Amino acid sequence: MRDSGCDGNQPETQNSTSPLMGEDGWGVAASADPKIKRALKVPQLRMTGRGLWISALIVPPLCFVALFIVYPIVSAFAYAFFDWQGLKRLDFVGLENFHTVLFVEPYRSWTINAFKNNVIVFFALMVLQNGLGFILAYALWRELPGARFHRIAVFLPVVLSTIIVAYLFKLFYHPLFGVVNITLKGIGLGWLAQPWLGQSGTALGSIIVAQAWHMVGFPTLVFLAGMQRIPSEILDAVRMETESEWVKITKIVWPLVAPSATIVFTLLFVGAFNWFELPYIMGGLDGSPFGSTDVLGLYFYRTAFGNVSSGQQDFGLGSALAVIIFIFIAIVAGVITTRLRAREIQL
Amino acid sequence: MSAAATNYYDRKGLFATLGRDGMLQIILIANTVLMLAPIVIMVFSAFKTTPEIFKSPFGIPDFSQVANFVKIWTETNFLRYLLNSFVVTGASMVLILTLGTMAAYALGRYAFTGANFILMFFLAGLTLPLKLAIIPLFMLMRDLSILNNQLSLIFVYTAMGLPTTVFIMTGFIRSLPNELEDAARMDGASEARIMWAIMLPLVRPAMVIAGIQNVVPIWNDFFFPLVFIQNDSLKTLPQGLTTFMGEYTTDWGVLFSGLTLSAAPIILIYIVLSKQFIAGMTSGAVK
Repeated sequence: MRDSGCDGNQPETQNSTSPLMGEDGWGVAASADPKIKRALKVPQLRMTGRGLWISALIVPPLCFVALFIVYPIVSAFAYAFFDWQGLKRLDFVGLENFHTVLFVEPYRSWTINAFKNNVIVFFALMVLQNGLGFILAYALWRELPGARFHRIAVFLPVVLSTIIVAYLFKLFYHPLFGVVNITLKGIGLGWLAQPWLGQSGTALGSIIVAQAWHMVGFPTLVFLAGMQRIPSEILDAVRMETESEWVKITKIVWPLVAPSATIVFTLLFVGAFNWFELPYIMGGLDGSPFGSTDVLGLYFYRTAFGNVSSGQQDFGLGSALAVIIFIFIAIVAGVITTRLRAREIQL
Repeated sequence: MSAAATNYYDRKGLFATLGRDGMLQIILIANTVLMLAPIVIMVFSAFKTTPEIFKSPFGIPDFSQVANFVKIWTETNFLRYLLNSFVVTGASMVLILTLGTMAAYALGRYAFTGANFILMFFLAGLTLPLKLAIIPLFMLMRDLSILNNQLSLIFVYTAMGLPTTVFIMTGFIRSLPNELEDAARMDGASEARIMWAIMLPLVRPAMVIAGIQNVVPIWNDFFFPLVFIQNDSLKTLPQGLTTFMGEYTTDWGVLFSGLTLSAAPIILIYIVLSKQFIAGMTSGAVK
């Protein structure tokens, strides 16, 4: 099954022959304008020099994608229907694994808790990351003095490794020596100082802030690129109509950067429900304290590969979780994308 | 494109302009301070001893005091991790750009049945979160007996990088003119020679964009090494950092200089090539 991806594509590219192709295999259409190509009927491959050449180009990359992306994802679905003992696959158990993670305690409450935290993360980042990103993009768009520098600065954390960001903020949040609490004490807000990562009430929020710091530059620059594509005629016309900044933003800029918003929202959604590195370093694999920073990514990893305290690993339950997360992400991301696409305006 | 943006606000009343732009400027400056402060504190702390960090976390250090760095250099596996990251990232990038250009060239320059299907096949890989397929990937690497071997990372990164690369490069290669190619073909040049000598030099700008888009996530990746690599001497930088941070938990000076050293390569390259980095890393989202 594993190799079928590679071999399966090879004959498909080569078998079919074309009546339109010349003796040597070079068609007119091979180098023609795409429109003409379509009109001429696309030439097909055969085992001549040209067919071999194209296959030689395309088969190796296809094999990589087939073997290391498509095959594992397809298998993940299959794995979920079996009972596993360590790395050994046992009996086919139907939907039992899905039933366990969704309805049997303690898995049920773990799943619900992790999912609830992912939802919080998604909405918090919508405001902190994408909301702030839009405002920053709008400010950068004006090309005020220093805009170039600000643009470079806002994107700098994006290129850092998440692991570096995680450890950096872990040190900053330290209850005694972290700069967050030291700063709060320094400006007379000492009563706000607290063990940010050490208590259930603030841990998840603190990690979310670190994530927003890390990635806010991404939506900023995507929105900025969207704003820069707004045609100047439209902006001139608006200037005639209104003086209100609010009207301009809500009625003109926001609708016209809708394509950027679609992409940024969808990516944030997929990212938020795949969240792993930051909570792994800052909260630990168990989502401490008391599961308050547990998210689906951690929970899935823990179920599949075991954690420090218990080496128990269950590929069946892990795969079931992966499939559920996968389907959830695919459906919701699909809905988000189509809904948001519908409001995009073609210029 | 930005000229349009500036013209739009040119003829405003002076006061209104100052008021609104002043506010936006304040937002920008405040944000830039927030963005840079953690990095500056990190670099400053790297040059301090732990007691100095606790006493004056914001103070400017004595930059000649490099004891922390010496410690990392001599006492830890840091250099090894750095070297491993270079090897893994370098090998993955060579494979991604070679294979990606091959596929994109075939899809972009030749018309054949199934081309669109193959393009769709590649693009499907764009949206799938591969993290969720980690269990089958783990089994696959075990079956290929490359678990605890950097080949496992190189193969996964290559496969992950191909969809975006094929996507970016196919579009670019399609847009190239035909004249040069046709002329060479008339002169009897072989297809391979046309690709190598005539078309590839033209494709470089797209390769840079595709390269940057992939090199940053690969260099920074933590998840796949976490699952595939166990040997300390094979660990990449982000993964090695977790080992190292665990060993020196109380020596904050060393911790900060470890973070600084890990961040330094990519920050320095980013400062030099910020334009290409921004274009590359947002290229999937900006179209």
